[in-house]
Amino acid sequence: MNAPVKPSKLIKGATGDWEIVIGLEVHAQVSSKSKLFSAAATEFGGDPNAHVSLVDAAMPGMLPVINEECVKQAVRTGLGLNAQINLRSTFDRKNYFYPDLPQGYQISQYKSPIVGEGVIQVDVEDGEGVSVGIERLHLEQDAGKLLHDQNPTMSLVDLNRSGVALMEIVSKPDIRSAEQAKAYVSKLRTILRYLGTCDGDMEKGSLRADVNVSVRKPGGPLGTRCEIKNVNSIRFVGQAVDYEARRQIGILEDGGTINQETRLFDAGRGETRSMRSKEEAHDYRYFPDPDLLPLEFDQAFVDALKAELPELPDAKKARFIADFGLSADDAGVLVSERESAEFYEAVLGELANPLRDGKLAANWVINELFGRLNKEGVAIEASPVSAAQLAAIVDLIGEATISGKIAKELFEIVWQQGGDPRAIVDARGMKQVTDSGAIEKVVDDIVNANPDKVAQAQAKPALIGWFVGQVMKSSGGKANPQTVNDLLKRKLGL
Amino acid sequence: MSVDATTVRRIAHLARIAVTDAEVPHLQGELNAMLAFVEQLSEVDVDDVEPMTSVTPMQMKKRADVVNDGEIADQVVANAPATEDHFFLVPKVVE
Repeated sequence: MNAPVKPSKLIKGATGDWEIVIGLEVHAQVSSKSKLFSAAATEFGGDPNAHVSLVDAAMPGMLPVINEECVKQAVRTGLGLNAQINLRSTFDRKNYFYPDLPQGYQISQYKSPIVGEGVIQVDVEDGEGVSVGIERLHLEQDAGKLLHDQNPTMSLVDLNRSGVALMEIVSKPDIRSAEQAKAYVSKLRTILRYLGTCDGDMEKGSLRADVNVSVRKPGGPLGTRCEIKNVNSIRFVGQAVDYEARRQIGILEDGGTINQETRLFDAGRGETRSMRSKEEAHDYRYFPDPDLLPLEFDQAFVDALKAELPELPDAKKARFIADFGLSADDAGVLVSERESAEFYEAVLGELANPLRDGKLAANWVINELFGRLNKEGVAIEASPVSAAQLAAIVDLIGEATISGKIAKELFEIVWQQGGDPRAIVDARGMKQVTDSGAIEKVVDDIVNANPDKVAQAQAKPALIGWFVGQVMKSSGGKANPQTVNDLLKRKLGL
Repeated sequence: MSVDATTVRRIAHLARIAVTDAEVPHLQGELNAMLAFVEQLSEVDVDDVEPMTSVTPMQMKKRADVVNDGEIADQVVANAPATEDHFFLVPKVVE
């Protein structure tokens, strides 16, 4: 926590540099069919209070029974965060009154969480990785939803989310900039989505972050922190940190002090503001929930889950680099979303020679396909070009049947009209001409027709490009560029 | 351990129970009597004793991840003093 900080991470203030210290609490909705302690559905939406059992509504006498799948999901997540799995954990009641919480307490894990300390590697855009420590992960219940704008004098309460399982993942205060905070949430989301333990859908509230921010003189004692609640997009995490750090520095440099408080991020204004009326909110009077025995399982249970874990993004990235010679950047792009990695792997699976063409395929997936999908605003799942079709295009380039230039035309045809790329190449005569006799004739014609250019090129060899262009044009882009280059060099005496 | 009048008011507020000033001294006395009674427990040496979580040696029961409850909005809101389209209605609470 007191490692020296790079000057680029510091913020300049009127009285010198300031260091930001950030810790995050991420609430991730567990992917499960039913709730943590009841058999009502977790499905998003639904009619008001439809996905509510008498347990969720906290009717007298109802008792919680834990969903084993939620336990497994928490353990899987802990393993994915390289964290300590606690074979015994306990549930506590966190007491507070609010209309979205019918029990008057939230069942959570305070003293003994299911998952202890871990660490994840976070990739920041400037290329430098940062290790961020995980303090703990615990299981708890989500609250219901309040609607304030449907009725002039009353608030409406929908308990559909009440009792849905959440994992609260608490980081150590290892984060030093808005960029790192964004990268941390992004990496955490990627890991959860690979594991299938949370869908990571921030728009639906499946993943949201409480951001703790304080500032200090570099290496000095920690400052007083403020907690910004319920930030629901990665971009907002960055904005909230930037705004809050500058606000705190402003107060301190004017000789003021920071009040430890809970704040809200106002996305419309890009600022944080104090949540009033919560002075006593922190007196939660935790105590062990007498309705629930300790949660216990053995190491074999953990080992069985570990054996079934999917390959995680860091391992996948390393494999792409080692096996197919991808650059770290390209491999990073491919693994950043589970769907992207799956698509690339599907392409690899279809390739005739994946070892030879794996890197070429990565270029095509990233540059042509992702580029086009982004431009058209289409998700990868809805890509008009399938993994098999893209692999066929890459095969055709790899085996030198078509040139890269023709391949782009072919990609366009497949994007627009679909079809088997190999059949399209045959039907439309798009094959590259590698027959040097045929190419030689075209080269000769152009060289003979342009004696002035020949003289220029002999004086300035870079002008060979003009000849290459002419030959390609005259062959309809089908001449093999390498053959053209070699022939031209020979004919021009370069 | 004993509680003062301020603590009594604070506990009442946290529990959302309206307590008049006249009631405070009486409640303070009652709470302190209860605490004194419970305090007898501290006479027992419980070092090296695991907290007992159940009187029978049993493991926590777990259920399979199956949806077979809910879809009973009528029953859920049946006792509510005010409802609208299966929502509970409560006095307006806005942050």
